[in-house]
Amino acid sequence: MNINTPIHTIYGYFNEKFGTEWKVVAESLTAHFPEAIEATLMPGVADVDMPTFFLKKDQAHAVLQNLKDVLGFNFLTDYTATDEELEPRFHLVIHLMSLSTKCRVRIKIKLADQEKMPTLISLWEGANWAEREIYDMFGIHFEGHPDLRRILMDMRWEGHPLRKDYPLRGYQVFLTPEPLDPELLK
Amino acid sequence: MSDSNSKNFRTDSPLDIARWGNPSSDDALLKRDNDDIFEDSKVLVNIGPTHPAMHGAFRCMAKLNGEIIEKSYCEFGYTHRGKEKLGENRTYHQFVVYTDRLNYCSALINNVTYAMSVERLMGIEVPERAVWIRMMCAELARVIDHLICVGINAVDLGAFSYFLYGYHQREKAYTLIEKLCGARLTTSYTRIGGLMSDAPDGWERELKEWIKETRDVVDEMDRLLTENRIWMKRTKGVAIMNREDCIKYSFTGPNARAAGLDVDLRRDQPSMFYDKVDFDVPVAQTGDVFDRYYVRMEEIRQSLNILTQCADRIKKGPIWADDKRTRIPEKDRVYNTMEGLIHHFKFFMSGFDVPKGEAYTPFEAANGELGFYIVSKGGPTAHRMRIRGPSFWHYQGLDPMIRGEYIADLVAALGSINVIAGELDR
Repeated sequence: MNINTPIHTIYGYFNEKFGTEWKVVAESLTAHFPEAIEATLMPGVADVDMPTFFLKKDQAHAVLQNLKDVLGFNFLTDYTATDEELEPRFHLVIHLMSLSTKCRVRIKIKLADQEKMPTLISLWEGANWAEREIYDMFGIHFEGHPDLRRILMDMRWEGHPLRKDYPLRGYQVFLTPEPLDPELLK
Repeated sequence: MSDSNSKNFRTDSPLDIARWGNPSSDDALLKRDNDDIFEDSKVLVNIGPTHPAMHGAFRCMAKLNGEIIEKSYCEFGYTHRGKEKLGENRTYHQFVVYTDRLNYCSALINNVTYAMSVERLMGIEVPERAVWIRMMCAELARVIDHLICVGINAVDLGAFSYFLYGYHQREKAYTLIEKLCGARLTTSYTRIGGLMSDAPDGWERELKEWIKETRDVVDEMDRLLTENRIWMKRTKGVAIMNREDCIKYSFTGPNARAAGLDVDLRRDQPSMFYDKVDFDVPVAQTGDVFDRYYVRMEEIRQSLNILTQCADRIKKGPIWADDKRTRIPEKDRVYNTMEGLIHHFKFFMSGFDVPKGEAYTPFEAANGELGFYIVSKGGPTAHRMRIRGPSFWHYQGLDPMIRGEYIADLVAALGSINVIAGELDR
């Protein structure tokens, strides 16, 4: 038994409900951006619960703009990353929802270590803190981000905790409170 | 004479617009009287991390022009416990207790959502009675969360007795939860594929009595506060977040519904048996503090309706899914047979394997969309355990929400979006 077995109604998703819409989205994206999409994983075929599109980094912004404005996926549900311990190392994971149909898709962008990603704040302002969190936890830099500081950890912290090579135990103790940056209120 | 602090400052009357400009534009709001000798005197105010008005350990720095907030920025992370890292290093069974500490006002909803997301990855379907109990848990937790949100919001603005009405009912609800699982706050009630224990006999009857009482109490609270003139003046038109801004900042739950963003995952993406019960989704239009308060009050009533229907329809039956992988062995077998002991030992020491796959499972928690994004590469621990808490996104919207408002309204705005530190910091 795995996720390919029919998904039961008590978990809130139905292949039957969104199956056709997912196909339409996948066909539309592959027709408009044949070069931008590296791979497409569809539920029922791969081990995913919603269609997952792997995008190339330099064309990700255009595809997301299309998804937002044309296909109606205008709600950024979640924006995070995973450390795959492979080459390329990181996957950025973006979950989008359509407010009219409540249909969801997942976007993934592969990034090598030290590779920078252009920011998505121009599409969704809410991406601001999400990108700060990804920077804090994974050390991925975002080009064009206005305020790329650590968000959960202390400013003086060393290392990025959600990387797989980060140790599980160990302390960094700061005896003085976190300094305030007066520039932030200018 | 300066009267920039009077309420006239931001009315829409033509006289005031001629004097100070259109109050809807940010610059005009900050425009000062020419006679004001304190013009452009900026004050930095630090609120938190430990301040009674902040509801948890987070901090807000505000730059004030007179009494008006020109700019602010928020800092948090004081209760960061690395839950996502723990999720990658604990077995799926061990992680249940960590979910209690996300939104600690409604721990049961976190338990239920987490159990659902792992079961979805494994393809397990839990029996009907367990689903009804889980639904009742979720709605009970939602009532508690909303009661504390509206109560504390009112305390911050000076209505203390109102809060005690809700708190009394909340304590009784905790007693009901204690009868279910032995704990009041950190419940850890669900297990993957079932529940920790069955609801005791007569629990539904006690629940129905509580529902009846709570209905009266909520009506009484409504009569006490909603039409109160001081309350209306402090909340109406304050800290507005309109529909477009809600989409920009990914607002969900009651805060989005207060601004007319009509999304409720219980209705739109029904999980469990939400498509079999009858309830309404309250939606307001303005998106100010009052609307957020009133949407929550109405949601309490709707949750009580759902609870009544669940209590009527629940039947006796098993509470564990018929799946050997996740079922915790019976104590009788563990203590009396060798195989049972081995099973017990293996279950708790090495955990069960979850097949390869990834799933994002959202559920309408009390504050908004709570989602678990679990990536499994096989094996007993997750490869990535992402928790999408609604408070993270709501807290981000606080700065644009309070820009141009009075410093006193910061407290009202923060209480109304109900940011919970445990869910924010994770």
